[in-house]
Amino acid sequence: MSTVAVLIDHRDGAVTRPSLEALTLARSLGTPVAVWLGAAPGADATAQLGEYGAAEVRVVDGDNLRLSARAAAAVGAASEDAAVLLMISTFVSKEIATRLALATGAGVVVDAAGAELVDGKVETLQTVFAATWNVRSRIESDKAIVGIRPNTTMAAPAQTPGAATVVDIQVDLPETRERVVAVEAVEQGDGVPLAEAPVVVSGGRGTGGDYGLVGELAELLGGAVGASRDATDEGWISHEHMVGQTGTTVTPALYVACGISGAVHHRGGMQASGTIVSINMDPDAPIFDISDFGVVGNLFDVVPQTIARIKEHRGS
Amino acid sequence: MRILVTVKHTPDLQSQRSFTDGHVTRSAEDGTMNELDENAVEAALQLVEAAGEGEVYALTVGGPDAVAAVRKALQLGAHHAIHVCDDAIAGSDVFGTAKVIAAAVTKVHEEAPLDLVITGMAALDGLTSMLPTALAAELDWSQLTLASALSVADGEATIERHLPDAHETLSAPLPAVVSVTDEANKPRYPNFKLIMAARKAPVAQWSLTDLGVDAATVGSGAARTSVVDASERPPRENRIKVTDTGDAGTQLADFLIEKGLA
Repeated sequence: MSTVAVLIDHRDGAVTRPSLEALTLARSLGTPVAVWLGAAPGADATAQLGEYGAAEVRVVDGDNLRLSARAAAAVGAASEDAAVLLMISTFVSKEIATRLALATGAGVVVDAAGAELVDGKVETLQTVFAATWNVRSRIESDKAIVGIRPNTTMAAPAQTPGAATVVDIQVDLPETRERVVAVEAVEQGDGVPLAEAPVVVSGGRGTGGDYGLVGELAELLGGAVGASRDATDEGWISHEHMVGQTGTTVTPALYVACGISGAVHHRGGMQASGTIVSINMDPDAPIFDISDFGVVGNLFDVVPQTIARIKEHRGS
Repeated sequence: MRILVTVKHTPDLQSQRSFTDGHVTRSAEDGTMNELDENAVEAALQLVEAAGEGEVYALTVGGPDAVAAVRKALQLGAHHAIHVCDDAIAGSDVFGTAKVIAAAVTKVHEEAPLDLVITGMAALDGLTSMLPTALAAELDWSQLTLASALSVADGEATIERHLPDAHETLSAPLPAVVSVTDEANKPRYPNFKLIMAARKAPVAQWSLTDLGVDAATVGSGAARTSVVDASERPPRENRIKVTDTGDAGTQLADFLIEKGLA
């Protein structure tokens, strides 16, 4: 079996769920090895990578790995023998993929919802045009780089765990013209990040800026809070919460749209979600065209009832 | 201050977008300048206006219809327009496209040095956001991507960018390739005088030969990926829509419970 490298996303030393999904997918393509940028993972994280099939954990540490040219060199050194490299599709990983592809001749597909081997070549699945079309692409080059969207593969431990042998990779990282002047960490809430959340509850203009109910329903369902462009433009909630083509694209199992009309930019960022439910006062809101369950009504009447009914159901 | 802005001719978001033979269907009627490129044009115009001198070039690559994208940029206030058009370019992947744009940028840069290339954060048809990085790498220029704020001083460009985990400030010497987000500014509307002038303004037409690019290195033959199949997704089935008469919230909860989602 050929080597499939997986660039691991990690936060505060812990492996993110999309990375476990990518490792799960990698097992269907070959033998996974984890690529870890930054200070070496702790015992728990290493063990978890092994549980999901990583034969090795290749660690590359260095300064300024936030710069894509340096990150690309690091990932390249750790994945030289891999025919396939999987990443989680983010703005930053797309830059790493692009640099690495130029250096190696690899073909790249980003925002993929899946990947498989067909006649020795990697084929990927994507949804495009605001999730109204399905596209299957083939990577013709010998080396393939695929950016995978979160929530598109069900993460599952391997039947036979990998050895997760930690290997330090030494590489001279290139000097770059760009320099990082300042980095200010964004305060992360207690819940899962928006892009990775299995449930997203979003609020738009209809909230009038009151995210209390949206937050309460999100917490009850174990989800993250999203927002429409209208709401972030109003300053009701920070840009990190914006769901849409230019914000965060989400594909949760459940998407709840509260007081969101469903402009094309918003739909493009959530239309591939599993089940979509929406609450809006306007019976003609375009969000209803893509909703499995739509309620024409006032979210301040509807959502409290929904919360009460779910709590009642769980209590019984 | 000399700035080149790349603009793309893309299907209008409100139109029925589709695929033909594995490529995005493009037509003059439904096509427009990629909406996010308006922010790139605006950023360039603002920098030139602030500097009190300079020129903005709008560049597009595409078939005959794509000229509409640079005409739109002229309407917004760009001073020069370039349309790279060659049958051999059709079907290029991002790396082929970056090679062609890099050659065109180099041609302009050799006439008189450019300070910046500014692009939008993504094209709303493909949304890969890979081109700015590929272009910076091809040109071997500084790369500053996803700027929500951009300033230029003392031969350096500085941007702020908002990533999910951090707000970054990055600086790099000119010349640089900068991509700007839709948070960077509020694009202006074209005024009547510019609309009329844009109709008659000359658009330079360049072929691959003009750029010295080997046709074999671009186009569908050189693309590293190909579309095997494209099909329209069926609409969601069994959709339910209720009007709240007092118990819709409960109905909604029951729907979620029944589906195992609550």
